[in-house]
Amino acid sequence: MRHRLGRTLRTPVGLAAAVAVVFLVLVAVFGPMLLGARADAVDTDAINQNPGPGHLLGTDALGRDIAARVVVATRLSLELALGAAAIGVTGGVLLGVAPALVGRRLGRLLTAAVGILVAFPSLLFVLFLATIFGVGARGAMLAIGLALVPPMARLVQNLTASVAGSDYVAAARVLGVGRWRMMTRHLLPNVAEPCVLFAATATAGSLVAFAGLSFLGLGVQQPEYDWGRLLNEQLNRVYVNPLAALAPGAAVVVTGLMLALVGETLAQAGGRRAAGAVPKSGRASGTVTASRNIATDVDTLVEVRDLTVGFGVGRAAVRGVSFRIARGEAVGLVGESGSGKSLTALALADLLPVTATAAAGMMVVPKAGTETAVVFQDPMTSLNPALRVGRQLAEVAEVHRRATRRQAWRSAVERLAAVGIPTAERRARQRPHEYSGGMRQRAMIGMGLMGTPRLIIADEPTTALDVTVQRQVLDLLAQARRDSGAALLMISHDLGVVAQVCDRVLVMYAGVIVEELPVADLFTGARHPYTRALAHAVPTMSTDLEAELATIPGRPPQPGERIEGCPFAPRCASAEDRCRTEAPPTERRDDGEGSVACWFPVAARKEAIG
Amino acid sequence: MSALQVDELTVRYGRMTAVDRVSLQVAPGSVTGVVGGSGSGKSTLGRAVVGLAPVSGGRILVDGADAKSLRHRGAHPVQLVFQNPYASLDPRMTIGASVAEALPRMPGPQRRDEAARYLDLVDVDPAYLTRTPDTLSGGQRQRVALARALAARPRVLIADEITSALDVSVQGAVLNLLRRLQREAGFAMLFISHDLAVVRYLCDRIAVLDEGRLVESGPADEVLRDPQHETTRTLLASIPARPAVPGGQEAAA
Amino acid sequence: MSLTAAVRASEGARTALRHHPWAAFVLRRTGRLAVSLFVLVTASFAMIHLIPGDPVRAALGPSADPGLVAAQRHALGLDEALPVQYVHFLGQLFTGRLGDSISNQMPVSEVIADRLPNTLLIAVPAFCLIMLLAIPIGMGAAVFTRDGRRRRAELGFAAVTGVVSAVPEFLLAVGLVAVFAVAWPILPVASQDGPLSYVLPVLSLTIVPAAALARIVRVEALRVLGEDYMRTARAKRLPARLRYLRHALPNLLTASLTVGGLLFTSLIAGTVLVESVFAWPGLGSTIVQAITAHDYPLVQGAVLVFGLGALLITFLVDVVVAAADPQSTIRGN
Repeated sequence: MRHRLGRTLRTPVGLAAAVAVVFLVLVAVFGPMLLGARADAVDTDAINQNPGPGHLLGTDALGRDIAARVVVATRLSLELALGAAAIGVTGGVLLGVAPALVGRRLGRLLTAAVGILVAFPSLLFVLFLATIFGVGARGAMLAIGLALVPPMARLVQNLTASVAGSDYVAAARVLGVGRWRMMTRHLLPNVAEPCVLFAATATAGSLVAFAGLSFLGLGVQQPEYDWGRLLNEQLNRVYVNPLAALAPGAAVVVTGLMLALVGETLAQAGGRRAAGAVPKSGRASGTVTASRNIATDVDTLVEVRDLTVGFGVGRAAVRGVSFRIARGEAVGLVGESGSGKSLTALALADLLPVTATAAAGMMVVPKAGTETAVVFQDPMTSLNPALRVGRQLAEVAEVHRRATRRQAWRSAVERLAAVGIPTAERRARQRPHEYSGGMRQRAMIGMGLMGTPRLIIADEPTTALDVTVQRQVLDLLAQARRDSGAALLMISHDLGVVAQVCDRVLVMYAGVIVEELPVADLFTGARHPYTRALAHAVPTMSTDLEAELATIPGRPPQPGERIEGCPFAPRCASAEDRCRTEAPPTERRDDGEGSVACWFPVAARKEAIG
Repeated sequence: MSALQVDELTVRYGRMTAVDRVSLQVAPGSVTGVVGGSGSGKSTLGRAVVGLAPVSGGRILVDGADAKSLRHRGAHPVQLVFQNPYASLDPRMTIGASVAEALPRMPGPQRRDEAARYLDLVDVDPAYLTRTPDTLSGGQRQRVALARALAARPRVLIADEITSALDVSVQGAVLNLLRRLQREAGFAMLFISHDLAVVRYLCDRIAVLDEGRLVESGPADEVLRDPQHETTRTLLASIPARPAVPGGQEAAA
Repeated sequence: MSLTAAVRASEGARTALRHHPWAAFVLRRTGRLAVSLFVLVTASFAMIHLIPGDPVRAALGPSADPGLVAAQRHALGLDEALPVQYVHFLGQLFTGRLGDSISNQMPVSEVIADRLPNTLLIAVPAFCLIMLLAIPIGMGAAVFTRDGRRRRAELGFAAVTGVVSAVPEFLLAVGLVAVFAVAWPILPVASQDGPLSYVLPVLSLTIVPAAALARIVRVEALRVLGEDYMRTARAKRLPARLRYLRHALPNLLTASLTVGGLLFTSLIAGTVLVESVFAWPGLGSTIVQAITAHDYPLVQGAVLVFGLGALLITFLVDVVVAAADPQSTIRGN
């Protein structure tokens, strides 16, 4: 955190925050020393003067210089705000961590109590406490400070509760780490950042609250004065000398903004939190710039040549991918995370994020929306939780087939029934949360079948599902393909899943297709060392129990990493010098059943030895 | 005497019974696999054994002694390796400190050496001691989590779906490591997984859970060759058929 | 009813609740409301006893006649035992009486009935305006600047709403007065005087929360636009109008409503200051005057009404949001 703070201070926001802090401290320290006498000097000859050369903002009812008073008031205003914030933050942290330290029952009681207290508006809280403590600066500080306790405590409670529920705290508990050590080593370090941010916000908030209370006459009392008090004194002269009323107000706003800036800087220095606040780049538009030419022959449904997808300059995630899919064919696209397989699929469905840049020498795909159906990985999040499932299917027909509402609804119910949803009539009227995971994925498939799909793109359709329903969803996909005659592109990391459904497999590694092969060869006849290793890295029901599993040392290159030669060379046991310098071309296999991009394909080497 | 003996264990959350009177044993130096679909209670069972889930009935014995009575002396005699290596290491701690936390009391320099030794044991470069988890890959993190669990010198190790969050190409390496360590050190292990093929590779015995109940258990090869319970058959059938093993498809029919 | 029948009935209710998570949620939430109400009532009762020294002496001044003080103490029931006073206080509450004001001897309930409508007359229009402004602006800003396009517009939006939402309402009120009533006198300032006199108070209450809410709505909208189901809507090639209005907006509303409810309770508080600036005869300025005048029965009454309003609104919002978005709310609780 410390070196990150240094880095943040060098950003424009950080620099501004640092300057702001220095400025506030200087004004608060030297203001009263330099201008104190002038601010208190009563001058009966110059009562209620308007701004002029002698008095920049005019004078008040006793002839005192208002500009000087605004500057001098900085110290008291800041002191009171910091004092109240200190009370609030200290109380809030103590009350917030208490439930984690005391017993379960008492902890629950504390949580409930804080939950009830936060429901009351904080100003009401302040007024209530101000009534009890009486009118005056000290009472107001206590009131504002105590009113900050419940929201702060709620924040700390929520944060500690989420950290306390994390696996690493569970692991520490199993290791016998004591309560105190748990608090100081695991809980507090992990909640500190948002608390610091909240403290900055709380200081700004109590500054404003103080200004409000003093303005109402409930805070600072004469002869002391803060900004709120000055505002209170000058408000009735707003028609005569508006500047005198606006100046203390402006001081409050500017100081509040400075404190917000400080909070912002601390949050940025916190790093992880700031990164979380940046919205993840949504999957909006982002179209492949390609000539959508006509396919080379009538049997070809999809033809892609030299597809590249990247983020920013030089960060290519898909680096020149070419393949074709025939009508009605089922093709699997396998690879590990970061291999570019999902981006390839998204490019095909024209669903790339707008931040991605994509280009292709040639790209022939059926029409998106009506002729291409897409099934995503997580059915829990892919259906809109606010809309009835039937509606989400029906709207496809309404938009693309111009069906009436009633017709569309009827065909939605039919589709739901067709994908095996029992009592479809009733189920169509439910919202997704009433469906199980498997049923949601069925509904997603049904949604794709609302059009007349010629291509179904399924991106890890079973990964998020329970093992026992995986099979059913795969069977349903196969059935949908049979019934509609559509081709299928199945993206998966699981070779077994692909082997079960597909005719042909494309293997991707580091943004390129390293091998294309018929599914029958996937486990026994692969030529590329990567495909071979992948097929044996995970045990199957026929794995030799005495042998070690095949492993691939190292890790796959990150998207955008500079790659020279064969991308797999650093992890490949049979790599030679040539592999590290020269990228292997994709060559058709002798039997024409597939292709491989490797200088030393496995079968070829065997022949050479034998 | 079993290394781990679970008797009639019941775990309830409110009205929901997550684990329902489950009994099983793990012999010293052996591996028992616990399989089931999601919601079968297999993870809750593992958490209950190490005291992370509320036990509302039954007993847990480690080497014949009640686990609760063993608790008072520092680390739990049963250690758990969690599913998600991205969540199971404190992001604010160096991995050296995380592993050292599991070690018994000893002087500083010796502690450091011990932590380094455990990292070395799981094939992680001991030079990584001072790194924080965010600089490590998923596979490396899972190795560190394994090192931390072993550093507490557990009588029994529980591995809860430890490869399901990892990339395919590193799963095999972690499984090889776990099998090697288990055979060399000879600790007893409860291996929780939904993947029967992985369980078959690692385990001597298999226990099948469904809706919190133990529905079948026995030696691994017997259970897989001749499954008695419907749940076991469904699980077997859900393994994607590979061209080399047509058995799975037949079981589904 | 026999015991078994009672047991069966309660079990029936329990099964019903298990099958209707929303009903169970409303029931739990009602329980919390009841506890909160109890806390509110007890706190406002306790207030007068927590004040250091003699509240009556404080109200009437140090030079007041001892006989008068004693009479007032008796009128407030302060000469009785604490539990008796509490029961008496609760009894009064149920009949809608809140005692008499010390400063003008009027029944507190009458004072409140007189002032509360004035507060609502500016708070309710302000609330509607806030929602009508913030949701379209926030959502528009999100759509306009999503995926990091138009960085400059995004920064401008963040800067303007950030600065505006940092301005306290009453300072904005003073600023508005300085501009629209002093520098460029087109609008009336003090007191109720025709529809135009509502403009400045309502605007003072609207602008700051609207900016704050617009920021939140934008962040929420960006989150919604990045959800998987929005990608599904794109995959279906729905026209943009349908994607935003039918698919994004409902999901956005539930989140905005939760914040909106909190906002309304803070709006009640905002009226306290804004009313003081405009000398608006509402409940907010009344409570301030009552505190300054040590008129404790009136403070008590006003605190009760404000607190009750806040609790009821958050309750309603929670219940409505739970009905609209059962999954997230009920599981989250």
